[in-house]
Amino acid sequence: MTTLLEVIDIRAGYGEADILNGLTLTLSDNEIAVIIGPNGAGKSTLMKAIFGLVSVHGGDIRFAGQVISGRRADQIAKLGLSYVPQERNVFASMTVHENLEMGAYLLRAGLRDHLSRVYDLFPQLQERRNQIAGTLSGGERQMLAMGRALMLDPRLLLLDEPTAALAPRYVAETFERIREIRSQGIGVLMVEQNARQALAVADRGIVLVMGQNRFEDSGPKLLANREIAEMYLGG
Amino acid sequence: MMEDLLGSVTFGVFFLTTVGIYVVSVLGLNLQWGMTGQLNFGIAGFFALGAYTSAIMTTAPSDHHLGGFEMPIFVGFAAAMIVAGITAVLVGLITVRLRTDYLAIATIGIAEIVRLFLKNEDWLTNGVRGIPGIPRPFEASVGDNMFVFMAIVFFCVVLVYLALERARRAPWGRVLRAIRENEMGAEAAGKHITRFRLEAFVVGSMIMGLAGALFAHQIGFISPEAFTPRFATFIVWVMLIAGGSGNNRGAMLGALVIWLVWSGTGFVTSIVPPEYATQVSAVRLLMIGVLVQVILLYRPEGLLPEKPPNSRT
Amino acid sequence: MIDFLQLLIYGIVLGSILTLGAIGASLVYGILRFANFAHGDMMTVGAYLALVAVTTTGMSVYVALPFAMIGGAAIAIFFDQIVYKRLRRTVPIILLISSFSTALILRSVTQLIWGPKNQVYEAGISLPYVVGGVRIRPDHVTIFVGSVLLIIAFHLFLKYTMAGKAMRAMSDNVDLARISGVNSERVFLWTWAIGGALAAAAGVFLALDTRLHPEMGWHVLLAVFAAVIVGGIGRPYGAIAGGMIIGVATELSTMVFEPAYKPAVAFALMVIVLVLRPTGVIKGQP
Ligand SMILES: Nc1ncnc2c1ncn2[C@@H]1O[C@H](COP(=O)(O)OP(=O)(O)OP(=O)(O)O)[C@@H](O)[C@H]1O
Ligand SMILES: [Mg+2]
Repeated sequence: MTTLLEVIDIRAGYGEADILNGLTLTLSDNEIAVIIGPNGAGKSTLMKAIFGLVSVHGGDIRFAGQVISGRRADQIAKLGLSYVPQERNVFASMTVHENLEMGAYLLRAGLRDHLSRVYDLFPQLQERRNQIAGTLSGGERQMLAMGRALMLDPRLLLLDEPTAALAPRYVAETFERIREIRSQGIGVLMVEQNARQALAVADRGIVLVMGQNRFEDSGPKLLANREIAEMYLGG
Repeated sequence: MMEDLLGSVTFGVFFLTTVGIYVVSVLGLNLQWGMTGQLNFGIAGFFALGAYTSAIMTTAPSDHHLGGFEMPIFVGFAAAMIVAGITAVLVGLITVRLRTDYLAIATIGIAEIVRLFLKNEDWLTNGVRGIPGIPRPFEASVGDNMFVFMAIVFFCVVLVYLALERARRAPWGRVLRAIRENEMGAEAAGKHITRFRLEAFVVGSMIMGLAGALFAHQIGFISPEAFTPRFATFIVWVMLIAGGSGNNRGAMLGALVIWLVWSGTGFVTSIVPPEYATQVSAVRLLMIGVLVQVILLYRPEGLLPEKPPNSRT
Repeated sequence: MIDFLQLLIYGIVLGSILTLGAIGASLVYGILRFANFAHGDMMTVGAYLALVAVTTTGMSVYVALPFAMIGGAAIAIFFDQIVYKRLRRTVPIILLISSFSTALILRSVTQLIWGPKNQVYEAGISLPYVVGGVRIRPDHVTIFVGSVLLIIAFHLFLKYTMAGKAMRAMSDNVDLARISGVNSERVFLWTWAIGGALAAAAGVFLALDTRLHPEMGWHVLLAVFAAVIVGGIGRPYGAIAGGMIIGVATELSTMVFEPAYKPAVAFALMVIVLVLRPTGVIKGQP
């Protein structure tokens, strides 16, 4: 196992104010890490900070040994990092097929192979390939968002609440897909509200409170920790 | 020698009076843009409405246009503000709820329609031939005295300035600023916000109407030609941006400085052959455009930056 | 009936011109997120660039058109790199004000170089075709056919090239596009290039329809924006519908209203759309 992502003591936020203050975490390849925490703790802000979408005022972010803080989002994508935001994570006015093409924007050749791999993972998308993404159901939209992020064969996938707003039967299926993705050698850093189910598949769990990582342990151990269960997992 | 002196006094008074009228316009714009963040690119329209209204109210009866009603000049001023205000309410009701770039577009439309209207409704405005014989205040008692008129303009400047400063410090002004900051950052909306914005837009436009009325009485003759965006809109914008949006004193300083520069370059017009006169005016317009860009790039806060009252910075 | 058809033709011609202007303005609005108040004056400059080509080489306007379009694209990119690029980190309204002064600069430079008088590409009057009592000027045919060809080319670009898709993606969702690896600066260049080129073409056609004058573009800016708003901001296909609606309504209005008030029709339609859809014309942007 090698270290894929290192976030070292970062401070970041919108404009002047810091939402994250002194957050540190590391992630190895082939690992699923799950971030949980109360609303407004800064979980989404962390994801945006990694991708350079909010201003980072201090600390370092490294990906595969390279400092990526201060780079443009498109340059970060080139390094093999993919991201599914919490909201507005598909191009609503474009077709399913075009969304996936945008996912492969940096690809010079071999679009067909990548497409067929994503369609294998999410067969429903193939049926709807010419449909406008804005008209998809919530579950399909989430699949498309993940499919788009997987088009480039990333080394690390950032997922912000992939199961929010999904019907229960889709939730288990989504976690199943995420395990499949990991088994292809892709690291996954995921924010989740369905904390119990997520921690069950996680190699590592991180509790984020007030812009700092408060607890960190293996998924099952966090689940077993009564204090954490009471405070952050709804008893 | 005496003549020279008299000439320069006349020039000085005319210059300061003109600056005073521009100050009134710029203060009106500062309420809209500087304090509330609303874009008005149709200043010329409100200015022209004010000028025509006051002219029609105060001139002697004429066969060529509506009126005149020979009313006292202050009635003309009041009417000018009312007409500009009503027009602003109509524009504002449609656009204040929307993002301010729609307002910017709508205001160039209003200015255009006002211009068409003044040009084409001969019965009301005498069309392109314009309205002559607009009186000066107190003409009957003190004669046509330029000092008296300058004093009246300055009086208006002081009045508008004090009123706006007071409004700025009052809760009303603080709400406006809060609305502006919100609008420029994330989106936020609400019923009462709409009302505050409408109020600021209407009051600002009324002040522009007053400026227009002052202009009509200064010049004594108005026609649609006098209200091209060049003089009534662009220059007011550059004055505000140069002086410092949000700061009423900055707005006044901007009017003075820019009008100095503008008049200075105006001398060129009088020394070149007449066939180049329009070209010189293009150079001056170019100057304004470049000046705004330079200010936006290098000193966006203007000469006198805004200092919000009771703030920590 | 003949009157109606005649006006309809004038309307379609005007609509073609407005459409070419509105597509670019809508793209810029959707991708760079500000109303470009210099768009009308970019049309003006494009028209004069064609005039230069026509008068210096004696080529016909049709041959001069591509040169004008390249020049228009270059000027748009120039202002973007010199001014707008450095203002991107500020709020969009500052960009709007900046474009307003770009408009002043373009207009005054046009007047300084080419003078304040009306000009035409070719002196003399070409005889109109008469079809069933309706008179059709050859220039009008050129304008319409030229616009349709340019719009088709633009459509193919948006639909089938990666640059076109990236432009649509940026217009739809900036952050997601950047996450996907789109270099936004490059898309901005494409946007200005296409917007500037189409504006130049619109200017040439406007000059063919009427005459060249330093303020010609500024005077149609309101109609162009009205077309953008009626069609939906950031929707280039909507701009086509918007342009045609504004153009035809403007010309047909003379059957009812004083022709002097023609420019007010665009404004009225825009206001109606804003009143009916106050939450914003597209994507719920209020
Ligand atoms: N675009 C924004 N501009 C300003 N502040 C923001 C913005 N987005 C979020 N915030 C603020 O940053 C803080 C952290 O938000 P963030 O979205 O990171 O929380 P979160 O942990 O993802 O919460 P949730 O579980 O609700 O998704 C919150 O206080 C929020 O109000
Ligand atoms: Mg979140």
